[in-house]
Amino acid sequence: MLLPENASSYGAQVDQLFWVILWITGFFFFLVQGCLLFFVLKYRAEPGKKAAYVHGNTAVEVIWTIVPAVILLALTLASQQVWAEIRSPKLFPDTKVQVEILAEQFAWNVRYPGPDGIFETADDVTTLNQLHLPVGEPTLVKIRSKDVIHSFFVPEFRIKQDAVPGLPTQVWIKPIKAGQYEIRCAELCGLGHYRMRGFVTTESSEDFMKWLTETKANE
Amino acid sequence: MQARSRNLPLVIASLLIAHSALAAGYAPEAQAFGGATLNGKATLEGAAPARDKIKMSADPVCLGQHKEPVLSEEVIANNGALQNVLVYVKDGLSGKSFPAPTTPVVINQEGCQYRPHVFGIQVGQPLEIVNSDSTLHNINAQPKVNRRFNIAQPIKGMKTTKAFDKPEVVVPFKCNVHPWMNAYAAVLDHPFFGVTDSNGSFTLSGLPAGTYTLEAWHEKYGTQTQSVTVTEGETKQVNFSFKTK
Amino acid sequence: MSRWKYIFSTDHKVIGIQFLFSALLFMLFGGMLAMLMRWQLGWPGTPLHFMEKIAPEGMPGGVMVPEYYNMLFTMHGTIMIFFGIIPLLVGAFGNYLIPLKVGAPDMAFPRLNMLSYWLFPPAVIIVLLGFFMEGGAAASGWTAYPPLSGLKATMGAGQTCWTAGLIVLGFSSILGSVNYVATIINHRAPGMSFHRLPISIWALFTTAVLTLLATPVLAAALILLLLDRTVGTSFFLPAGMIVDGNLLSHAGGQPILWQHLFWFYSHPAVYIMILPAMGFVSDILPTFSRKPIFGYHAIAYSAVAIGAVGFLVWAHHMFQTGMNPSLGTTFMISTMAVAVPTGVKVFSWLGTLWRGTIRLTTPMLHALGFISMFIIGGLTGIFLASTPVDMYMHDTYFVVGHLHYVLFGGSLFGAFAGITFWFPKMFGRKMNERLGKIHFGLTFLFFNTVMFPMFILGLGGMPRRIYDYTQYSGLVHFAGLNRMMSVGAFCLGLSQLIFAVNFFFSLFKGEKAGENPWEATTLEWTTPSPPHHGNFTTTPVVTCGPYEYSLPGRSRDWQMQTEKVGK
Repeated sequence: MLLPENASSYGAQVDQLFWVILWITGFFFFLVQGCLLFFVLKYRAEPGKKAAYVHGNTAVEVIWTIVPAVILLALTLASQQVWAEIRSPKLFPDTKVQVEILAEQFAWNVRYPGPDGIFETADDVTTLNQLHLPVGEPTLVKIRSKDVIHSFFVPEFRIKQDAVPGLPTQVWIKPIKAGQYEIRCAELCGLGHYRMRGFVTTESSEDFMKWLTETKANE
Repeated sequence: MQARSRNLPLVIASLLIAHSALAAGYAPEAQAFGGATLNGKATLEGAAPARDKIKMSADPVCLGQHKEPVLSEEVIANNGALQNVLVYVKDGLSGKSFPAPTTPVVINQEGCQYRPHVFGIQVGQPLEIVNSDSTLHNINAQPKVNRRFNIAQPIKGMKTTKAFDKPEVVVPFKCNVHPWMNAYAAVLDHPFFGVTDSNGSFTLSGLPAGTYTLEAWHEKYGTQTQSVTVTEGETKQVNFSFKTK
Repeated sequence: MSRWKYIFSTDHKVIGIQFLFSALLFMLFGGMLAMLMRWQLGWPGTPLHFMEKIAPEGMPGGVMVPEYYNMLFTMHGTIMIFFGIIPLLVGAFGNYLIPLKVGAPDMAFPRLNMLSYWLFPPAVIIVLLGFFMEGGAAASGWTAYPPLSGLKATMGAGQTCWTAGLIVLGFSSILGSVNYVATIINHRAPGMSFHRLPISIWALFTTAVLTLLATPVLAAALILLLLDRTVGTSFFLPAGMIVDGNLLSHAGGQPILWQHLFWFYSHPAVYIMILPAMGFVSDILPTFSRKPIFGYHAIAYSAVAIGAVGFLVWAHHMFQTGMNPSLGTTFMISTMAVAVPTGVKVFSWLGTLWRGTIRLTTPMLHALGFISMFIIGGLTGIFLASTPVDMYMHDTYFVVGHLHYVLFGGSLFGAFAGITFWFPKMFGRKMNERLGKIHFGLTFLFFNTVMFPMFILGLGGMPRRIYDYTQYSGLVHFAGLNRMMSVGAFCLGLSQLIFAVNFFFSLFKGEKAGENPWEATTLEWTTPSPPHHGNFTTTPVVTCGPYEYSLPGRSRDWQMQTEKVGK
């Protein structure tokens, strides 16, 4: 298929928007290309043929102004609904699990707050480039940058969020299946930008807690 | 018994050769400037901090090269013997000039670590930077006096040669892709430097007679100096003791 | 003295041709940079041995290093936009056509006009000096987002050259646009009301207004960036940055501020790059359909609408930056809205073709190619306008595909249309039609070979500005596609040789052209080819609209704007 598998709860809505837009734009694509080709062939200059002395047609022009406007308005409304659900801070679901990702040239510093639930305490679990998320519940992902702008992008979650120094941001992700995915940096950040690769594992809540404990023990 | 005593000189000779081969990586060939030798040990007083485990899983290529966990090289102390202390002549050689060797010092990125971790190099001596891993390393040199450089070596086998044109103690190197990778180089305008091995031992040989200030540098525990005088051909011991803070 | 008058000429036609040659040269250079990029993308890490001597640090042993790749796409974008397309469409054609098409003897301020060209070479030199700096030329993308671009620690002196040179270039654009606006408003020939202006003049007028309003904002942003880089200010640099282990002392700045200022110019800039091309197409279609343009008022006002609304969409480049999501909503609305006047133009062009008698000359082929390719660019923009879909598509190859369809598929085909159409007027000779058609066909074919798969790559999640995509296991399967695109790119590059040969051969040996080789109606076709200094022997008097083709009851199927018969 065109898009990679969807592994997050809002991915299906994003994909649906994509397909709707593809159908609509596809229709207009074929319409315009078709007309172009058809007109060029049908109205080819030939001896004796005359062109029609027509300056326009108000009714037709009004239609082809209003119809696209209505379509675009509908797309805007549909998009806004999905956008608000994913991005609006007031609509963020309650999240038990939190993780902080501090991007730097050229690695993802991942930090879980540990049992006390507070970041920057001794029981934090830290990794380099390894992000684990429990399936079936939303995790709050706080995103920061240490140096230049990076961007946290996991295609299978359909989420992208720039990591801007001086501007902490957050997104929420609710994985819907277990699997292994990649984090790709999506904002040019220097010579290692192409290599800022992180590894995401989504797993059951039990496996996730086990992994957290193991990682802390191995530190 | 007989076999052992006949082999003993051979064993000693090979040990000496091996040792000097090791030392050669850390100290230049003794030139015919003088015949004095300074050797000694660097030690760490107090309990050495536990060495952190390096998060090699950050890069599957790195992880795949190590069967066991890799430990941080910031403080390596075996029973008090402090490794990776750079010892060099800080003062006392004024007026003498020492031509830069043409053989390069090689810094290798291998197993996602710098080999060597700490080294000395002369002003103008070529530094050959090699990537022996199948992963991107960038060597980011951050001198304060010399020219900075930051070179990416995405392909295994890539080699770049650089040189420093001013003395500087020390020039740090880091890899941005693998944040645990650090190396340190002392750029000196003479060949009298060495780095302590796993026994904490160093040797500076070929020194002319004179009075010198010797400095020992460690990446965590700072510097210490001592003054020492040697006559022509003399061997003297100088020890440095660092304290955990 | 006699030779200086050609170098420092104040004749708008000479200045236009100066811009034309300069721009074509830089399009060539920018294209070569792209060829190098496509080499790396097609065969990652494979040595290209002849580059060893040319770029010993960037391609040691012929193998490209990542920082060199970053420099390549930065300079490719910068050169194509600032030294290629804008000088070509706005500088060359704006200068050449405006006085001729409005019926004026020259621009309102001829000496200012000369200065607007001569600011161009120093600006170019300053930017290109970056190639000789340590670390090479700028490498933070043509968008130059700080902190990457704003710190000496992360970007070398080449970035400073880039910043300084573009400030100078901005002045060139601004001075030129002053002339365009003044000439169009004040120097139209008698009878040339606004509603009798050719659409290309409406387009160039809107473009000039956009330039005047937007370029100063870019200049301001560049000055602030330059200060951050050189004297330690913190306009775009926040507190707490740790670069290479050092905590930097900057505080108080915001990286997002740069993005707002930069895109406030750069979004209108894309309309600066497309409107003139749309204008040329609007002139060329009636000429080769022998029909008036369909919906003159709609097309004219839609150009103005695109320009106006175009000032309200800039933050659609910033949807994922972490700015307030409500801004995502407002900018989505305005971005979707700008598609409406754009659609009006496309449908009007189709309406122009409908029931025409179509002559498939080289300029007409390029104009048709423009419509065909631009629609792809425009429609893919709708995906990006939808904020949730943009969350996925932003900074992927989908955007790279979109921008190349509008800038190459649109602007460049429009430029080829303009060059092949007005070449006879400029140089008094015709270009070779056969070579022109072959060049069009090959360019069209290979352009799509390179650019269409980019949408597939983007949908697959391939980020842009990536030196080696094979690092991601999810992208390794795109190797074949990338190789095919690279082969297409090399063929595309080679095909431009046909245009170059045609252009230069025709300059000297082309068939002589008369006043009006295309049987067109606008004022430039009433003058000799090329027109003499002062353009018109007597001031023309305009009596009708610009696209009076196929008037009923007339044996000749066109009527010049100065002729009295008919409406």
